[in-house]
Amino acid sequence: MSRDRATLPTYALHAAVILGLFLLQFVLPEYHHGVLARVMVLAVFAMGYNLLFGYTGLLSLGHAMFFSAGLYGAGLAIEHLGWSMLPAFGAGLAVGALLGLVIGLLALRTTGVAFMIVTMMFAQVFYLVTLYFADWTHGDEGFVIAQPLRQVSIGNLYFDLTQPATRYTAAWLLFSIVLIVTLLIVRSAHGRVLIAIRENEERTRMLGYDAFANKLVAVVVSAIICAAAGAAYAILFGYVGSTFASVQYSILPLLWVLLGGGATTLGPILGTLFMYYIVDITSAFTSAYLFIVGLALILLVLFFPKGVLGTIRDRWLGWLP
Amino acid sequence: MTPLLTTTKLSRSFGGLHAVRDVDFQVVPGEIRAIIGPNGAGKTTFVSLVCGRIEPSGGAIVFDGDDITGLPAFQRVRRGIAYTFQITSIFANLTAYENVALSVQRALIDRHQDRAPQKRATALHRGVLEALERTGLADRRNVLAGNLSYGHQRLLEVAMGLALKPRLLILDEPTQGLSDGEIDGFVALVRGIADETTILLIEHNMQVVMAVADRITVFNAGRILAEGGPEEIRANADVQHAYLGTPADA
Repeated sequence: MSRDRATLPTYALHAAVILGLFLLQFVLPEYHHGVLARVMVLAVFAMGYNLLFGYTGLLSLGHAMFFSAGLYGAGLAIEHLGWSMLPAFGAGLAVGALLGLVIGLLALRTTGVAFMIVTMMFAQVFYLVTLYFADWTHGDEGFVIAQPLRQVSIGNLYFDLTQPATRYTAAWLLFSIVLIVTLLIVRSAHGRVLIAIRENEERTRMLGYDAFANKLVAVVVSAIICAAAGAAYAILFGYVGSTFASVQYSILPLLWVLLGGGATTLGPILGTLFMYYIVDITSAFTSAYLFIVGLALILLVLFFPKGVLGTIRDRWLGWLP
Repeated sequence: MTPLLTTTKLSRSFGGLHAVRDVDFQVVPGEIRAIIGPNGAGKTTFVSLVCGRIEPSGGAIVFDGDDITGLPAFQRVRRGIAYTFQITSIFANLTAYENVALSVQRALIDRHQDRAPQKRATALHRGVLEALERTGLADRRNVLAGNLSYGHQRLLEVAMGLALKPRLLILDEPTQGLSDGEIDGFVALVRGIADETTILLIEHNMQVVMAVADRITVFNAGRILAEGGPEEIRANADVQHAYLGTPADA
């Protein structure tokens, strides 16, 4: 059976990507070193989104709320409760999980376009809440988490996450964990059910699967992963602001996943990297960089309709997970 | 013998249309029961009520001694009612193997067998191959379901139903659109399946019905018009009337 034979190359490929990203930090110039750390954290956001959009087939337009749930969960706990970094990171995950559960229970009563609108509306509510409680969140302006608060001692070990090398390694560690978790989920029995729901929900139900419960689990896991990205972003880059809760940050993970390839484990990092650099490079020499971004997107849709990795999988490498 | 399935005064109306009306129906274990009737007689609506795709407007459904009227469809499947769709409903972008694996995976979970992952993987593989071999699809197992021929897609539907190891297998017009050769193979398949499960078969092809059914229930206008063995039904004047009309109608 083809799937069994694919196990070895699959794990080899993912191990190579993880190892490659770890080694890159020793050769990259300072600027790109910083960019890649940021891209890996944002790719975690994209991977969380991909689990729901790519694999389960649920198009949410409200994932900014899960990212910023982690961002604020961790950021506010450090800033106002004086929590240290690790418990604050945990707080970010907990807020994301709870929000995912509540939003999932409500939004999953709808499907298709209604699901997109409902998730978008909830995200807007979340965004407005971050503006309303400006006494704590400082709204649009946001707040900076002071450098001393972003250092942690575990036993005899001391980590300063404002140091580029430590920060890169932390981002890489989170990315690697989430990549492996995603790979295990999509290859598991539960992952196969999620794909079945995407392909034909009615049939899946008539095979004895509780479609609602499976979708709810997918929303919650997706929310936790996105919240992990948000919490890591607050801690690693030290800034918490409501821009991250705005609709732009609900659209971005969708674009990253579409670019890299929906329902591929490595598509999110590829899409995020590509998009980040295309904005970065073009904005250096023109203020109309969004025009070029748009052009690039159109070309991609024309020639790689399933994203880069999705098209590669269709044409050449059928075993890609 | 205690019936496997009993419906009492089962009804469903869509607006003013009574698609199924006060149907009292029983099937005993091991039986092959054919359900026939003209188009619009309520056959598919009736089996949809039984498997839970549609909620009844009234009446009760008892399966194996338990009232299942209020259970959602997926829980009825877990209790052993499998439904194969009239309009082919498969996972077109997955391979035939993966389609059937979803059924076997479910059956393994429900029977709490082989909890060890390695054992479960082996049981999964064996279950899938068995269902594919019985339906003659084993050599096409790595073909995307959407690329299979229509006849093979119908067989894949049956394989998915079989792989659930159901106690009641509902086949909704399984031979629709099949060639004569494929139909012969299908008749043999149904006879084989009947040794281990009870079958409800909605079918328009009278040769198939007469060849496999132990008993036949005839639906007309949402009600049961007649019920009996194949010979009885063939000789029944009401059935002839419903199907062919009377000389006065012509």
